[in-house]
Amino acid sequence: MASTIRVRAQASGTTTDVQALIQHPMDSGFVKDSDGKLIPPHHIETVTFEHGDKTVLTANWGPAVSKDPYIKFSFAGGAKGDALTVTWMDNLGKTDTLAAKIT
Amino acid sequence: MTIRRAACWVAVAVAACLLGGAAPSPAASPAADQKAFQDYFTGRFPDVPFSDFANGPYAVNAPMRKQWEDIMQFPPYDFALDEGKTAFDTAFANGKSYADCFSNRGLGVRQTFPYFDTKSGEVVTLDLAINRCRTANGEKPLPYQTGMMASITAYMAETSRDKPFDIKIPDDPRARSAYEDGQKFFYSRRGQLNFSCASCHAGAAGQRMRGDILAPALGILAAFPIYRSDWGSMGTIDRRFTTCSLQMRAAPLPPQDVAYRNLEYFLSYMSNGVPISGPGTRP
Repeated sequence: MASTIRVRAQASGTTTDVQALIQHPMDSGFVKDSDGKLIPPHHIETVTFEHGDKTVLTANWGPAVSKDPYIKFSFAGGAKGDALTVTWMDNLGKTDTLAAKIT
Repeated sequence: MTIRRAACWVAVAVAACLLGGAAPSPAASPAADQKAFQDYFTGRFPDVPFSDFANGPYAVNAPMRKQWEDIMQFPPYDFALDEGKTAFDTAFANGKSYADCFSNRGLGVRQTFPYFDTKSGEVVTLDLAINRCRTANGEKPLPYQTGMMASITAYMAETSRDKPFDIKIPDDPRARSAYEDGQKFFYSRRGQLNFSCASCHAGAAGQRMRGDILAPALGILAAFPIYRSDWGSMGTIDRRFTTCSLQMRAAPLPPQDVAYRNLEYFLSYMSNGVPISGPGTRP
């Protein structure tokens, strides 16, 4: 299966701009399906971005974050060709990771 | 047209003029209709390049276009596109695949749909052809409005990008009548709000309906299937027609109803020359 993560990281001067999109249902646990049954919570709990050995961002997400979430941030450092690793883990223990290159 | 427009300025009910008074009126032959239709929109939006009508509301509204360009850094239809490509390349249980049902193995053919099938005497849309392909190969048909159908048509549209709509009306009275039926549907008012398709997408194209910009009818189907933020998912032309009907407070027809197929035939023929831009994103 194709990755659930899309990432774009661009080095600009002394900082690197990162954008990422993650495919995930992000069910809050408060929504009912067409039969009136609660859809159990299923959402991402942590997302981490690692530049080399250094974690540049950790996000603690919860049920209030939208389906297929998008995140954008920038960090100091990073050069063209460096590796950037994105990892998410959800409340059911599922996880996915993607190694991207900074452009 | 000049007289009608002049009448609009003096009319007290300006809204009525905005919502229908300026719509192009049906003419005699399909080719003449097409010319009048395209001239109407190119006249209304002289600064919009013809091929840009494939981008719907973004062609006629600069701030929306800016937002769209930002969104397109990560096209939200990307995941569906992957899913569609995988499904398209996967063989059915009998060893055949979608590619065996289409000319050019299904790649770069979106612009020729819908076509009039002179054998069965009906309009065949891409979605219908996909489901017929499935049933002919012993697979269950897919639901029409969203999900896998949208993903597969997204992939097929993507392989057809920039190819201009090339819809033909064969010399067959049934084809002509399907076209006219679609045309009639487009210009007929319906629903509790008493709007026709043309009320919004011809007469008021480019204007606001609450927070939305109304897309010009020219090229309006070029971007389908679309990821619509309002839906939070992909949708096919059927889903859009159904939603439009509901917004006019009219009872929607079943997906791939003859009337919807004829409407798609009419709209696509009117848009001949506009390049395929699907899959698209819409607010």
